[in-house]
Amino acid sequence: MNNEIKNIKKLIINQSLELDCGKIIKDFPLAYETYGNLNKNKSNAILAFHALTGDQFCANINPITKREGWWTTAVGPNKAIDTNKYFVICANVLGGCMGSYGPKEINPETNKLFGTTFPVITIRDMVKAQKYILDHLGIKKLLAVIGGSMGGMQVLQFVSLYPDKSYSAIPIACSASHSAQNIALNELGRQAIMADPNWKKENSTPDKGLAVARMAAHITYLSKKGLQEKFGRKLQDKGSLKFSFDADFQIESYLRYQGATFVDRFDANSYLYITRAMDYFDLEKQFNGNLSLAFKNTKSKFFVISFSSDWLYPTSENKEIVIALNACGANVGFVEINSDKGHDSFLLNVPEFLKTISEFLNSTYNEAKNEK
Amino acid sequence: MKNEFKVIAQIIQNNKRVLDIGCGDGTLMKYLKVNQQNDVRGLEPNKDLVQKCIAKGLSVIEGDAEKELTQFPEKSFDYVVLSQTLQAFLDPKEVLRQLLRIGKQTIVSIPNFGYWKVRLHLLFKGTMPVTKNLPNEWYDTPNLHMCTIQDFVNFCDNNNIKIDKSMCLTNEKISEITNKNRKYKNIFSQLGVFLIQ
Repeated sequence: MNNEIKNIKKLIINQSLELDCGKIIKDFPLAYETYGNLNKNKSNAILAFHALTGDQFCANINPITKREGWWTTAVGPNKAIDTNKYFVICANVLGGCMGSYGPKEINPETNKLFGTTFPVITIRDMVKAQKYILDHLGIKKLLAVIGGSMGGMQVLQFVSLYPDKSYSAIPIACSASHSAQNIALNELGRQAIMADPNWKKENSTPDKGLAVARMAAHITYLSKKGLQEKFGRKLQDKGSLKFSFDADFQIESYLRYQGATFVDRFDANSYLYITRAMDYFDLEKQFNGNLSLAFKNTKSKFFVISFSSDWLYPTSENKEIVIALNACGANVGFVEINSDKGHDSFLLNVPEFLKTISEFLNSTYNEAKNEK
Repeated sequence: MKNEFKVIAQIIQNNKRVLDIGCGDGTLMKYLKVNQQNDVRGLEPNKDLVQKCIAKGLSVIEGDAEKELTQFPEKSFDYVVLSQTLQAFLDPKEVLRQLLRIGKQTIVSIPNFGYWKVRLHLLFKGTMPVTKNLPNEWYDTPNLHMCTIQDFVNFCDNNNIKIDKSMCLTNEKISEITNKNRKYKNIFSQLGVFLIQ
């Protein structure tokens, strides 16, 4: 797998970047993909940020995992984020495990895997790193920055760092500062990984721990109603209970499958680093407790979207962003989409959601065109 | 665009910031944005209508004016518009207070319960009036606090709200309400539009 990763598209960033933890990194790789064509004015570019377990392959088959891209519901030709019209850029975050600089990379100084010697990174570090890709592509102003969950946090961080670099911003199902509940859930995942005896052992991976982390997290991406409707108390085999600890119920089997397939594609240490970055995210604190100062200079047109059944990043937390934007007179629209699919709604086929993004982008594209 | 919106648009000067409360499908907002270069925002409780507005490129927030006006800073808009909804709030007085806080000026329109057809309906039929502007029966009407043009003027007087302009509408006709003609307009107007601060 590592050989294949070497062949994926990367930008080696020759500049040095001072991380929030104080360490300086330089000559580091950032893996990215682009979809569609950049127009002559370079005015149709959209930067899509991925969530915790995503990667740069949002709209095509991932050549490493052979799985379909994580956002094929939304990105592609004639889709909501139409790659016939827009040029979509998606990069693997710093700390990730799909070719970008992360714990799964070799430390050139020791010639060993970084593992937990990798510096702790933040959402701000991730965003700063991705900005180099825009510079590399010569894009002065994006049409939109978009992302759900951790991707949405990156959207907020991006507009705060670069107030005039994107015509519009679409943070989806996210929060401006990670809640205690979300930190707790992330900690649960990390402890599962670190409790696995194979963690930190050479030539082995904490698959059991990572699978448990994924199983726990996966529950939080769904809604109670969605789970009940899909699985209820349905048994795996039509017969009766086995009076054992095998997967009797379909929901158990489903979760076990989610855990088992996840370990094939994700690095346990990346999981530690990226969840940590999410926990550390507190845009309000970056601006001394006044979130609206984060957007004081923004020129972007915002469209905040939440989902009715999302209990991980509930509507109330998304609304906090809207309130902060209103407080500084920013240009903001907001809608809560009705969906039973929980936090994962932004990744799934939720027609109302896809339609509204498509229409927002379309009107923004026309406005941006007329402005020039 | 309906006449009421034409009256409201005429009151609003070009290039000003406008917040439309209960903006519906964004008809007025779009008109103000395109024709008067106003910087417009909207608040609307109905999701479908919010999405219609977003599709038109209008920045509209899904939300309930009764609960969510506090998020807008003081005097952050040149005009706040509230079209024919004041009577539907549980606490219209508080909503009005918020509008006056947010807007340098506020435009409020009300369906006039003093309109002669309404009066005659109650007088002769003895049932709650159902008219073109008030199409609902008593049990399913959203209108909790109906008032007349005179009631609204009295309310402003009692609460130190300054009325800068009052207009009224009857069918296609638009005219100004003055101190002299108010009694007459209170009988013959279907709708009152007030610019207040």
